[in-house]
Amino acid sequence: MTTFEAILLTIVTASTPLLIAALGELVTERSGVLNLGVEGMMAMGAACSFAAAVTFDSTLLGVAAGILAGALMAALFALVVLGFAANQVGSGLALTILGLGLAGLIGAPFVGARRDPVPPVDIPVLSDLPVVGRLFFEQDLFVYASIALTIFVAYYLNRTRSGLMLRSIGENHGSAHGLGLPVWRVRFLAILFGGACSGLAGAYLALVYTRFWSPGMTAGRGWIALALVVFAAWRPGWALIGAYIFGAATVLQLHAQAAQFGVPSQVLSAVPYVATILALLLLSIRRGRAIGAPGSLGLPFVPDR
Amino acid sequence: MRFELTPRTSVSPVLRALAPVAAFITAFLIAGFVIWLMGRSPVAAFEVYVTQPLSDSWALQELLVKATPLALIAIGLAYCFRANFWNIGAEGQYVMGAVLGSWLALTTHGTEAGFWVLPAMLALGMVGGAAYGLIPAFLKTRFGVSEILTSLMLVYVAQLTLDYLVRGPWRDPQGFNFPQSVTFDPAATLPPVMEASRVHYGTVFAVIAILVTAVVLGRTLFGYRLRLTGDAPRAAHFAGFSARTTTMAVFAISGGLAGLAGIGEVSGQIGQLQPSISPGYGFTAITVAFLGRLNPIGILVAALVVALTFIGGESAQIMLKLPLDLTQAFQGILLLCVLAADALVSYRVRLVTRGGGK
Repeated sequence: MTTFEAILLTIVTASTPLLIAALGELVTERSGVLNLGVEGMMAMGAACSFAAAVTFDSTLLGVAAGILAGALMAALFALVVLGFAANQVGSGLALTILGLGLAGLIGAPFVGARRDPVPPVDIPVLSDLPVVGRLFFEQDLFVYASIALTIFVAYYLNRTRSGLMLRSIGENHGSAHGLGLPVWRVRFLAILFGGACSGLAGAYLALVYTRFWSPGMTAGRGWIALALVVFAAWRPGWALIGAYIFGAATVLQLHAQAAQFGVPSQVLSAVPYVATILALLLLSIRRGRAIGAPGSLGLPFVPDR
Repeated sequence: MRFELTPRTSVSPVLRALAPVAAFITAFLIAGFVIWLMGRSPVAAFEVYVTQPLSDSWALQELLVKATPLALIAIGLAYCFRANFWNIGAEGQYVMGAVLGSWLALTTHGTEAGFWVLPAMLALGMVGGAAYGLIPAFLKTRFGVSEILTSLMLVYVAQLTLDYLVRGPWRDPQGFNFPQSVTFDPAATLPPVMEASRVHYGTVFAVIAILVTAVVLGRTLFGYRLRLTGDAPRAAHFAGFSARTTTMAVFAISGGLAGLAGIGEVSGQIGQLQPSISPGYGFTAITVAFLGRLNPIGILVAALVVALTFIGGESAQIMLKLPLDLTQAFQGILLLCVLAADALVSYRVRLVTRGGGK
């Protein structure tokens, strides 16, 4: 395997958690709810999946625990923002603070433990093709799942009746409610889906990407996923492209650090964060004010019956 | 089963004041339950977290020390949040204020520079924080970029900048390779308010900031302008208040106060620059601001209450072996409860079971 191939492979690994988390948040936001708790749900997903995987020595149970943890955190968020119509920005932040704290508590006994790598899915013949072989046909299951998820979300939002309902609720919850659409139920499920995806992204980080648990291991990836949704203009296909651009930026800065160009490592570490700001900036310049944002995004829903 | 919310026509001030108290008690009960789940005694934890710090004069001073940066940052955030702007990057503004202020302390280190150093450092701290806060404000007003994500991303950049400086150009050459700067000269050190006390003059600044803010928010046109911008942006526009100026002003104020908190903490408390100069004050201050209902006096009380959880958390770690993450989790639960309680003040919430409603 050449270095070039190795870099391409790590880009895929770095991009997958961003993509999964961004897709979940994209669906939540399309239903008109802004959940800033992605970072916290992701941390919980990572901690719970790692704890379960080590305890039961099962990657499958680990993944299930990660998804469940993300969904449970999201349910708590849903209770506060749907049940009490509380401020979504503040509640999302609170969810992040809570998630990072709880993840620290749950992960503490597992610091120092390691998991074996998850074996990749080897598609015979095709994976032996030069360059593209290993890149496209010998990845772990999560990578294929994330691509399938992108297609599913795109199909669901644009081609199904239920997806249309979700979008119309996100555009204008007042009118949707007036038409008799179940605003709360759809939003609750959309929030749960977002949480489950964040949890899965966290599980991927802990079980595949690092294969250990350390506090603060999400390192702002949840926030980058949130930025990706804006970057993608709330479209799943663009979330895929965006996630891979960001994954590439992350991996290339790591390689640049290893190569020691004489640039301080901190400057390179800042690349993903600065790139996020620049991406948001360029996008706003090109498109004008946040075109593509759902009309009711972030607004509390209180019907006048 | 679903919730039904009816807006309240009038809200009694008693209810408004009781809401954060109720939220705090709820958060305590939840935390107690979590501690019980972890197999520890909630009563013993309560004693370590609350009773002991309040019955010991050393811990009471420590309470003021921890409450100082929280109050300073939260007071600044109150300006932003009242006008409905989401500056969640106060942690970064705190760090950049500390960095710029410390630059002067390190440049004048070992020289005969006199009494002017300290005031200039504090001023630079405010300038550093304000300038850093103005970046998301500028991106928002000029290009329409959401301030939420940009202000947060800048926190990571600020932390990496500090990390680079203390490991690189600003590292103490006699420091045995530890990533830290030289210890500041006495001329660059914020003195304690009393002989042999841990409480430094930053606390006085916090009190001044609270009093000034109480007047500005409650008694001036600017305060009215912020409320109007937050509650009814269109009305504010028709009243001739420029949204652009308001945005820049609130970010400069909150950044400046966060920067002051940063340089105050470094020069009055730590005495040198290190890779980490905050246990997350900038994020915790968001909880403080909401717990204090964005009201200056409320923030003063909230800062003291939340500072208690920091001190309690430290002693619980030593005495009960309860990890420090518990404190962070508690602060998250507290913020959720406060926001939910706010909703209970504005709406009457009824749980409707199937068939009972509609």
